[in-house]
Amino acid sequence: METLEPILAEHPFIKGLKPEHIQLMVGCSRNVKFEAGEFILREGYEANEFYIIRHGQVNLEIHSPKRHAVTIHTCREGDVLGWSWLFPPYLWHFDARAMELTRAIALDAKCLRGKCEKDPSLGYELAKRLAHVIEHRLQGATLQLLDLYSSTD
Amino acid sequence: MKTTVAGPMVPTMARVNRVRKETHDTFTLELHPAYGQEIHHFAAGQFNMLYVFGFGEVAISISGDPTNPKPLIHTTRAVGNVTKAMAKLKTGDMIGVRGPFGSAWPVKHAEGDDVVLVAGGIGLAPLRPVIYEILANRRKYGKLILLYGTRTPSDILYRKELESWRSRLDMEVYVTVDRSSVNWQGNVGVVTTLIPKAGFDPQQTTAMICGPEIMMRYVALELQKRGVPMSSVFASMERNMKCGIGLCGHCQMGPTFICKDGPVYPYDKIRELLLKREI
Ligand SMILES: Cc1cc2nc3c(=O)[nH]c(=O)nc-3n(C[C@H](O)[C@H](O)[C@H](O)COP(=O)(O)OP(=O)(O)OC[C@H]3O[C@@H](n4cnc5c(N)ncnc54)[C@H](O)[C@@H]3O)c2cc1C
Ligand code: FES
Repeated sequence: METLEPILAEHPFIKGLKPEHIQLMVGCSRNVKFEAGEFILREGYEANEFYIIRHGQVNLEIHSPKRHAVTIHTCREGDVLGWSWLFPPYLWHFDARAMELTRAIALDAKCLRGKCEKDPSLGYELAKRLAHVIEHRLQGATLQLLDLYSSTD
Repeated sequence: MKTTVAGPMVPTMARVNRVRKETHDTFTLELHPAYGQEIHHFAAGQFNMLYVFGFGEVAISISGDPTNPKPLIHTTRAVGNVTKAMAKLKTGDMIGVRGPFGSAWPVKHAEGDDVVLVAGGIGLAPLRPVIYEILANRRKYGKLILLYGTRTPSDILYRKELESWRSRLDMEVYVTVDRSSVNWQGNVGVVTTLIPKAGFDPQQTTAMICGPEIMMRYVALELQKRGVPMSSVFASMERNMKCGIGLCGHCQMGPTFICKDGPVYPYDKIRELLLKREI
């Protein structure tokens, strides 16, 4: 039977992981597809999966009654969506919505957390890679806050 | 323009032939020499000193086509005294022009390479001549990729042109905004986030960056992470200018005068200066 291993192994977030670690992840993964407009995550809901995006565009949104939904970041092919699955209380901080047909691999968070606890070398590798994603987002958010293109710069 | 006849400090008179509103604070002027003078050829990246009579003179990059320099085209963002006065000019009004001055983007040097242009805000204007020139000689280059970041969707410059470049098969265009609006369906996030995903060969790439200094520093860092040698990265610098020809020292940045040695520099030549707080 065809597994998700070759697809996972080629994704930038996974690339370079040891084959045995990729195997462990394959056991927690499934193929998913979201139509344009479909919500993938909802703020406050349990973070029980995270997503490795293969194709498409996903907007991270935050909403308020006055401002409607505000997009704060866009994820695309090659990105990972969600890191709240790794930290208690395991709740999503934002909404995420597919803006076009989006294909991804969903990883079961409980399954993966269990495997990380059992095999700390997998846990360490994933934590390093997620830290990299978070570092990128933090740097981006800082630059967004600086409002670099305003005329008072 | 024939600034050389009367000397580089004497402006040539030009007439505003057309004014195009680009965004709420940015406009493009098409200029024609008023008294039959010639328009000087310019290289992509060079600038003119534009004199708004009664207000003063500012450095503005030439944003037209170097392979077809008539009319003279400048895109300006109204930020202060002179540029706000310039924004009020109408068809038929006169303006003084000195130039072209300064160094150029390494368009020739980039032949055979993938070319990655990273623009932030009004920084797209000084890079537009590079796009024109490469598209006019498209076969001499590898991939042509434009990564463009602005503040909001309503700040996007040259919208129609971006759409037509995007629809070409021989150019990739990615646009992102720092802050989205309700109807914006495109990318949200700073321009640096586009770099890891752009498909170019880091070892065979010439990158040209133009935008606010902080943005350029982070863009250069991201290019470095992708493996682009810093000697293949070029940036356009800005400082207030007065003479534009290396005489007055107004535009000094460390040991260099931006009007004469710049505005376009190889990034490895100015990296240290950009990281110094005192300059
Ligand atoms: C080589 C070179 C090329 C340039 N090319 C262009 C170009 O193609 N298009 C263009 O619009 N500008 C360009 N500039 C910038 C332009 O010269 C300045 O915006 C202009 O000098 C401002 O003059 P002012 O009298 O209108 O503003 P000032 O009265 O001098 O400044 C008023 C306020 O505006 C702010 N300000 C000044 N300059 C900028 C700026 N660049 N961005 C944001 N805020 C600013 C100041 O902090 C101040 O608060 C270039 C500058 C250089 C050195
Ligand atoms: S503006 Fe006078 S030296 Fe550069």
